[in-house]
Amino acid sequence: MLRFLLSRFAKGIVVLLAIAILNFFLIRLAPGDPAVVMAGEAGAADQAFLDQLRTRFGLDRPLVEQLGIYLKGIASLDLGFSYRQNRSVASLIGERLPATLLLTGTAFAISLGLGILFGALAAARAGRPADTLITLGALVFYATPLFWIALMSQIVFSLKLGLVPNVGYETIGAGHTGFARALDIGHHLILPALTLGLFFTALYARMMRASMLETAGADYVRTARAKGVGPAAVTRRHVARNAVLPVVTLAGLQAGQIVGGAVLTETVFAWPGIGRLMFEALAQRDYQVLLGVFFVSSAMVVGFNILTDLVYRLVDPRIEAGA
Amino acid sequence: MAVLEVDGLTLALPTSGDRASAIQNLSLTVERGETLCVVGESGSGKSMTALAVMGLLPRTVQATAGTIRLDGRDLLKLSEREMRDVRGREVSMIFQEPMTSLNPVMRVSDQIVEAFEAHGALDARRRRDRTRELIAEVGLPDPEAIARAYPHELSGGQRQRVMIAMALAMEPKLIIADEPTTALDVTTQAQILRLLDGLRKKHGTAVLFITHDFGVVSEIADRVAVLQHGICVETGRAEDVLRRPQHDYTKRLLAAVPSLIPPPPKDLRGAARAFDVSGLSKTYKGRGLFRRGREVKAADDVSFAIQRGETLGLVGESGSGKSTVGRCVMRLIEPDSGSIKVGDVSIGGLSQRQLRPLRRRIQMVFQDPFASLNPRRTVGRIIAEGPIAQGVPKAEAMAKARTLLDLVGLRAEVASRFPHEFSGGQRQRIGIARALALDPEVLVADEPVSALDVSVQAQILALMQDLQKRLGLAILFVTHDLRVAAQMCDRIAVMQKGRIVELQPTAALFRDPQHAYTRALLASVPGGANVGARLDLAGPL
Amino acid sequence: MTVLRQFARNRGALIGLAILLAVVAVAMVGPWWFPQSPWRMAGRPFLAPGANERFLLGTDALGRDVAAGLVHGARVSLGIGLVSTAAALLIGVPLGALAGYAGGIVDDLAMRFTELFQTIPSFALAIVLVAILQPSIGSIVLAIALVSWPPVTRLVRGEVLSLRSRDYVLAARTLGQSTTRIVFGVVLPNTVAPIIVMASLMVASAILLESALSFLGLGDPNLMTWGYMIGAGRTRLIDAWWISFFPGLAIFLTVLALNLVGEGLSDALNPRLARER
Repeated sequence: MLRFLLSRFAKGIVVLLAIAILNFFLIRLAPGDPAVVMAGEAGAADQAFLDQLRTRFGLDRPLVEQLGIYLKGIASLDLGFSYRQNRSVASLIGERLPATLLLTGTAFAISLGLGILFGALAAARAGRPADTLITLGALVFYATPLFWIALMSQIVFSLKLGLVPNVGYETIGAGHTGFARALDIGHHLILPALTLGLFFTALYARMMRASMLETAGADYVRTARAKGVGPAAVTRRHVARNAVLPVVTLAGLQAGQIVGGAVLTETVFAWPGIGRLMFEALAQRDYQVLLGVFFVSSAMVVGFNILTDLVYRLVDPRIEAGA
Repeated sequence: MAVLEVDGLTLALPTSGDRASAIQNLSLTVERGETLCVVGESGSGKSMTALAVMGLLPRTVQATAGTIRLDGRDLLKLSEREMRDVRGREVSMIFQEPMTSLNPVMRVSDQIVEAFEAHGALDARRRRDRTRELIAEVGLPDPEAIARAYPHELSGGQRQRVMIAMALAMEPKLIIADEPTTALDVTTQAQILRLLDGLRKKHGTAVLFITHDFGVVSEIADRVAVLQHGICVETGRAEDVLRRPQHDYTKRLLAAVPSLIPPPPKDLRGAARAFDVSGLSKTYKGRGLFRRGREVKAADDVSFAIQRGETLGLVGESGSGKSTVGRCVMRLIEPDSGSIKVGDVSIGGLSQRQLRPLRRRIQMVFQDPFASLNPRRTVGRIIAEGPIAQGVPKAEAMAKARTLLDLVGLRAEVASRFPHEFSGGQRQRIGIARALALDPEVLVADEPVSALDVSVQAQILALMQDLQKRLGLAILFVTHDLRVAAQMCDRIAVMQKGRIVELQPTAALFRDPQHAYTRALLASVPGGANVGARLDLAGPL
Repeated sequence: MTVLRQFARNRGALIGLAILLAVVAVAMVGPWWFPQSPWRMAGRPFLAPGANERFLLGTDALGRDVAAGLVHGARVSLGIGLVSTAAALLIGVPLGALAGYAGGIVDDLAMRFTELFQTIPSFALAIVLVAILQPSIGSIVLAIALVSWPPVTRLVRGEVLSLRSRDYVLAARTLGQSTTRIVFGVVLPNTVAPIIVMASLMVASAILLESALSFLGLGDPNLMTWGYMIGAGRTRLIDAWWISFFPGLAIFLTVLALNLVGEGLSDALNPRLARER
């Protein structure tokens, strides 16, 4: 197990290194002087300031050297400086990260849980009304733009019905502490997490349903029935246990999509996470922040992937260490 | 009283199929402690019979007439709930594919325990203990470790033993075994057959054994029922059916089983050497980032030569490396070392590009006739492909394809059809025609008949012998089947773990095997010399 | 043909095809239907749907005709969806074929590269790319293509890998056919069916991606898009819901139609694939 974790971490670090290098070249992809790009609209006009940037990032030195400086910075968690906000990118992100982790983590758990549940239910009732309903629902949510659902549910559930708060992370000025605060945050979390999770719930439900129907024809399922095992136990122990494996794999592959979707959800619900930060940086063309968020969200995906690999290892005994 | 009594059973197929019923008016009985073998080729309905008794028929197949009585109770009249109680408790089943018949994410012990649990038998402690006892009873070593293992940690033979333990758990009156040894190697097959037979005697269980293999029948059957297209054409005591078959179909089937006694040797004196392989080696290395994968020597210093008009058999069990050797000499797999010579030309060291024009001299026939033909091309085009690749004008190549179709016993007109319109045997004929289109000197046949029914198999073998005589081909015949090898090969090389452990003229090998492994192989062939006919004496089918 | 008949028997697929054809028709006749620029102030702002018969779907905060925006947006959505999918296929298919057929170290490298791109949150990468390259139809297509190719590569590689060891491909090698001929003449034609299915689903997700970029203000400033319309209407959601509602519905219907068609194709093509195995 330890070796498995080590190998996954090593792999993750290699991936992060590659992403850092990609990041480095992205900013040099921008038309014009990289110093101007880095400064953003904040200090582009100030010649002395630009010179200072050039020295700091070695922009007048060879590209390889610049890359070295950049990677050294990343390694010491230096993600650059936002001249717009006059703060380091790392502190900006650090402040916003917990909200995003909470949102994406909840959405991930909801979508995987509900997706597997609904998919299994649909497969077990294949061809009957419950199946039709779930299949149609999955089809609809699979095709609806995330941000549009967010907007529409905001109108209906928050503005019209007043069931949940409209925007934000917690009630401003309420001064809740401890459990009351957690409850308040939870209340604010419901709508963003659900809308973010809906698309993925639909995706996993479709996958789970298909996987269940396929697994139902497996030889070992026939073996179980030949033993006289009842239908409920056959479905639970033999069909569902095996059908869930490809869904977990898919969930791992989709982790990046959830993190990406957080940008839209946080934008609509004014959720103070790194996705919202990205939207704000976008409006101000604050590239340092933009790239910083991009890097950190990639790191989050690497983390999610290690997590799903771990889960997969627990549910499938065939995976060997290091494989 | 009979444990199982099937009377007038008819199983209707959905109306869209090409046949109205899977089984028609079938009657058979199995007595206590008796083994009844149901024999038939693919499509005979033998597996459907088994599933009908288990109440596990696919939804589209319906029992429309007859009764299935187990200890006098008609199973067809039971509700699904009642039937569920019968399954596992009174009748249990062993399936063909040990690799896929066990749940891959459940421990062996849990899967056996489940058989007790399903019927509410014993308490948790006793279930656990009985599971260990059963694992020991089916001859598995270290029951404690096997119980904790997952199926993928066991070999095919071990998994089939687990299946048997599971089937025995509730001490059923009847065990149905559906081709339980077909997917296993011959030595493992012999062990499993012995185990099943021993357990039957010990527990007095009735066994309904489904098989296509008359060798297996002669090993374990007390009585036999022969099925053809869903109709039982003959039943009787095993000895009678095997020695004095009454029905024409039974006679033909038995005549198509190749005998272990080789035909008289061919006279190959003065024939030129056509194919020469020496020192061929191939090692597979597993790859891993943090550890060295294990190495498998699939071919280890393999050497042999074949004369014109001669067939050399390459015989071994799965994993012996025989297929690797077949593919290495075709350069489909790159050997690590060794020389390969066709006639005087060495093809071992050439690059793939240099090799291409020489490919016409050595051709291959593949195992699976359903996978070896491109589904998007017409049969004529498939056969003409080789000559076209070698520069023959297209019209000429297509004309030749039609001649070849005639040569392999198909009508020239079928050239414009697609592969899926043909049966397995016909496809294998097309595969042979494709190989012959380039007028090769050497033919590598990789298990060319193992996917075919026994009657079709005999036809293809006869065709290959006929073509060899006419064209003077040197054939490298890769097979796991010693019966086929005995009839087809002039000499046989026995492979084990990548090495040729023995290479002898066929007659000598069967008369006086030198290596212990060869002796073990020969002793494992089900039916031994008791069944089988000389291929060259078999009548037209 | 059996594939067509199979497809026609699928009710969902037919509905999808009908919707899709309608959207395509609207996109084609758009410039004749609404010859004026969709950016033009056409009437009073915030006209509700039906309040004025000239503006069936109402007007937005600047008095622009929502219906005109929808029709012009259809051209952009479909166009970007198709072009970026084509571009993604152009990257994904050759890379997948190469990885699958060459195997060994080439395969390893290609797959590590693909995995890297699959780990990167694709939407975030698209945002960064468009922001840095400045929003334009070219940068948007490039960004969508760059984040959409990995699944294609994996699919093609998987198919080629399994086809490569198929006996009829080995047979083609033993006949002395050249590698190029085998890859293009034997292997790739047998992967076309799953690629078509995947492509139809990719157009759908490209449309979703484009709309999301436009929603965030990263659309081509010269083009009226559905995503932009939703974004522009979002500040006045309560009193003018229709500004955001109708473009969202348009995206939903188009994407749904593509998914239905893709699924129909998959069902129609798969039994044949299964038989071939």
